Formats: sequence, structure tokens, C-alpha cells
Amino acid sequence: MSIASVTATRQAPVSAILPARGGMLGALSDLFWRRPRFLLALMLLPPLLWLGIVYIGSLFALLLQSFFSIDEFSGLINREFTLKTYAELLQAANFDIIVRTVVMAALVTLASIVIAFPIAYYAARYAQGRWKALFYLAVMLPLWSSYLVKVYAWKLILAKEGILTWLLAKLHLLWLLDGWLALPYVGGNSLSVSATGTFIAFVYVWLPFMILPMQAALERVPGNLVEASSDLGASPGQTFRNVLFPLALPGIVAGSIFTFSLTLGDYIVPQIIGTSRLFIGQAVYSQQGTAGNIPLAAAFAVVPIVIMGFYLWGAKRMGAFDAL
Amino acid sequence: MIANEMTPAVSFQNVARHFGAVKAVDALDLDIAAGEFFAMLGPSGSGKTTCLRLIAGFEQPTAGTISIFGERAEGVPPYRRNVNTVFQDYALFPHLNVLDNVAYGLMVKGVGKTERLKAAEEALALVQLPGYGARRPGQLSGGQRQRVALARALVNQPKVLLLDEPLGALDLKLRENMQEELKSLQKALGITFVFVTHDQGEALSMADRVAVFNEGKIMQVGSPQEIYQRPKTRFVADFVGSSNVLPPDFVQRYAGQRRWGSLRPEAIRITRDAGGDAIQARVSGVSYLGASTRLALDTEGLRLHASVPSGSTVPEQGDAIAFTFNRDAIHLMDEAP
Repeated sequence: MSIASVTATRQAPVSAILPARGGMLGALSDLFWRRPRFLLALMLLPPLLWLGIVYIGSLFALLLQSFFSIDEFSGLINREFTLKTYAELLQAANFDIIVRTVVMAALVTLASIVIAFPIAYYAARYAQGRWKALFYLAVMLPLWSSYLVKVYAWKLILAKEGILTWLLAKLHLLWLLDGWLALPYVGGNSLSVSATGTFIAFVYVWLPFMILPMQAALERVPGNLVEASSDLGASPGQTFRNVLFPLALPGIVAGSIFTFSLTLGDYIVPQIIGTSRLFIGQAVYSQQGTAGNIPLAAAFAVVPIVIMGFYLWGAKRMGAFDAL
Repeated sequence: MIANEMTPAVSFQNVARHFGAVKAVDALDLDIAAGEFFAMLGPSGSGKTTCLRLIAGFEQPTAGTISIFGERAEGVPPYRRNVNTVFQDYALFPHLNVLDNVAYGLMVKGVGKTERLKAAEEALALVQLPGYGARRPGQLSGGQRQRVALARALVNQPKVLLLDEPLGALDLKLRENMQEELKSLQKALGITFVFVTHDQGEALSMADRVAVFNEGKIMQVGSPQEIYQRPKTRFVADFVGSSNVLPPDFVQRYAGQRRWGSLRPEAIRITRDAGGDAIQARVSGVSYLGASTRLALDTEGLRLHASVPSGSTVPEQGDAIAFTFNRDAIHLMDEAP
């Protein structure tokens, strides 16, 4: 385009300030532009009301319930402040539930970290274009189908007549499975009624929640930091420990918040796959339902909140968020 | 081979690095002497950075041999080379403070904590950042980060220090200061510096020797004076010092030989007097550069650039002028016409 043709299109005289757009929408646009905070307040009001009243409010109500107690004879709730319900949590049967759930959540989180890291690392470092799209699809696809369907699918896979047992038999490795199932705590009649089965199903359903934040964190680590580390004499293992892991830590913590808290609160997976021993979620479910003991259910529900609080506090003290 | 005085710090023999069909570096021979300040100069994509990465070990040659102080380096990972790099954007570890960044190389080599922190403090003092150890890289200015990157490399006492456009991100004043500092640091330490840059002024002012790269090949290696005054090819003449490249016909008329030639802008003198052997020209552009003014002259279908020192009278755009130059100032190039 020549200079002449550019100037030719400028023939119509146009004023420096354009006239205001008519109508209410035009006036509103101008108002929002002049007072951006007003627009912000308008946009934030509905979600804040939702969070403040419906969410935080009900959480507060829950917290309040946990300080009430139940009258053992009448089954009525005694609305007086007491720590009696919390003391009940420390009874052996209830405390077992808490320990079992926390140990399961911790193991699921650790396994998710170990499995997710190579996948996330590959996606962040090497996958390009089409392969990256395929990665997102592969990670997200399981999230699109119903969680119940997936858990029931795992029940079939892990059942005594299931494909896993069949495969191990073909490989002449059945002795390995039987040996494992004979172990206390982790074993059982078949994988689908063992704690191992619960663990496998948990790791499967929560894995995407670990991969995605981890991949996002690794994506933000510039490739030349890895090169710089290697240049300064660090072996690949040292580079992983001193550079990659610390820089991926915020993503790992974010992911572990998901896997840890989701496992702490879940009551469907252990009900379908696993032993008859209860997890916190199941305890809450049965206490507020059949048992009608709302205060104890509330106290159980507070446990994951407190544990997550300590977990985040510990992570912060470890410097997990320093690189953010 | 045992390294002696004559062993080059870095030696490339017929080295190639191809990425598919792209020949980033092709059939390259190069010797960099121990203790010299060597610059690799060239436009982006000319293969100079690939060369640096080949020395560092981030890239492996597709053909040829690379020796570092007489020892074969193909297949040796970066972490087993006593060579350190100052990266273009410094690549400081954001989660470590400055002192830990500098001590990193010693830390991974298993040097004790007190010893390595002491060495890191000394390295920081060397680059004139004493007492900055507790800060995070994010709290430093670009120039300070550059010094930290330098200290982090030097603390390992490398046999060769590689610098990948280390001054590119700094502003002009800081860049000039750093150029002088780097040069005196190199002289004081006696370490071989290999410096990649696309800035010809930087290469000429700092290096003992310069290699000019183009399209994966070295066009010319020599001292800054040689490169600037006696370019071998049109590319070198054009890229280094923005010399006027003269076609064979023009050169034959004024220097008697039918060869490509070059003429530096400052060799052209503008005169008002059109007599004698002066050449007629029209001024087609005037750029004020501070210390001098650069004129674009159109003559005989040729565009030449002349540099006129500030203070002298400068013609205006469109003026018809005449210019002369000393016939000896025409440099004849090796390149065939």
C-alpha cells in the first residue's frame, strides 16, 4: 500500500473525539470505564454472596453442630457448648477410622506424585502441538465420564473373576497376587474387597488432579535452568533434586491438596471397593443418616479441614510457595 | 594427549551439527588458543550459538571431532566438562538466593558448606557485588543478575568460560561498562573466554580474535583489526563495520583490479568542489548519530554510506555533492568477482 492510498482514505473529516454512543448501554459503558471498581463490585457481588452465605455460612453451621452433643437416651441434640463430641472421636473405633483415612490419603497422594511426575514432565518439556492436545485429552477424558461408572469398572477389573486376576494367571504370577492378598491390612479375599483395591481406585480417579497442576508448574520452569544446572556440574539426579523438584513443588502441593482432601472426604470409593472398615466420609454419612448423630458427623467432617490446615501450614513452612 | 602450551583450548575439526535438513553448523574447523578472548560474531541463525552449545555439551555434533584442551569431548555430558556458561538470560535459579546460586556448582561437586559459601562470597566480590548474597535473583537489576551469572560460572574455575550474548539485555551505558570489566577480568584470570555476539562493535572492542559466522560456516577468523580493515568476503565487509561493498567494475575504475572491494564509511570525504577526480553523488539520506552523521549517497547506480564527523558542515537530503577517497583505502577482497 502506498502512502498516497493511505492518505486518500483519510479524506472524510473526522473529529478527534467521537460522539458518545446513544442509549443506556452506551452510558453504562462510559460509567464502567470511568469507575472500574464499580464494575468489579458488580461482578463480584453474586459469587461473594454465594460463597459468603451459602458456603461459608453452612460450613460455620457445621462447625457449630460439632460443639453440640447428643442425648444418648432420647437421641435428641443437646444445644449446649461441649467438647464431648470431639472426645468421642478419640475413642478407639472412631480414631481408627481417622488414622485409616489419613494413611490412605497420604499413600494415594504419594503414589499420585510418583506416577504423575513423568507424565507431567513429558507434557511440559517435550510434548508439542498435536501431542500436547493428545496429552490433555488423555488426562481429561476420564474426568468426562461418571465417577461412579469408573469405580464400578474398577470393581470388575479387580474382582476375583476380573481381568487382572486372569492376566496374572496367564503370566503365572498368581502366587504374587495371592501372597499380597494374604498380607494383613492391605489384603483380603480379592483385590476388589481389599484396601489395596481402594487404593488403586483412588489413585486412578484422582490422578488427573495431580497431573494438571504439576504440568502447569513444570511448564513455568525455564528449560535453560535445567541446562544451567547441568552446566554447573549437576548430574541429572542432582538437577532433579535441586532444581526441578523445588520449582515443581508449588504444583505438587496444589495437586496433593486435591488428592489428599478428595481422598479424606470420599465415601463412595471405599463403599464400592474395599473392606467393610469405614473411612471418614462413610462415618459422616452413616452418623448423619442412619445413626442421626449430627454432632458426631459434624465433628468427623471437621477432621479433614483441620488436617488440611496443618498440611498447608507445613507446606508453607517448608517453603513450597517460595518459588511462586 | 597431554595438554601443553600449544594445545588449543577448543579445537573443532570438520564439525557439523544438522537439525534435519537445517545445517546449523557445517564442516567447521576452528582452533581457540588457551587464554584468549575469542568472539563468535554473526547474525542470528548463523550457527554461532550452536557452536557455543557444542562446546558446552548441550548439543552433540552430527559429524567431526571437538577437543577441549586436547581431550575429546563428543558424547561427554555437560556436567562432566570443566566448562561453564553465562547464559543469555542468565538462567539464575529463582528459588535460591544469590549466594546459593553462586555456590551451586561447588555444592553439586560436594564441596563443604563453609568452604563453598566462602568461595561464593569471594566470587561475588570479584564481580563487585559483595554482600548481595542474601538477596533473591528477582530482587536484582539486569546488570546485577549478569554479574551473579558471571560469578556463578567463575567460582568453578572453568577451563573455558562461554558467554552467550551476555550483554544483550543491558542498556547501552551498562553494556559499555561491562565490556571493559569483562575484558580486564579475563586478562586478570587468564581463563579462555568464548563470547557469542551479534554486535560487531562489542566483538571488535573486546576480543583478541574474532570469528565471523554466516549460514553455519566461518567466513573469516582474525584479529579485530584484520576483520575490520581487511575483510575477505562481501559478507564480512558488510556485517563488520558496515563497510561499503564495491562491485568489481567500480573497483577496477578506481583501484585498477577487477575484484570485489570494500570502503569504510569514514574513508569517504565530502567536497563542494566537483573538479579533479571527485565523484558526483546525490544525498539520499541523512542520519544524525551524535559523534558523526551518516550520509547515504547515490552514485552510478550504487548506494554508498559516508560518515561525516560532527562539527563539519553536513549536506541536506537531496543535495548534489561530490566525494573523494584515498585510492589506498579501497580494500580488495579475496572473493572472486
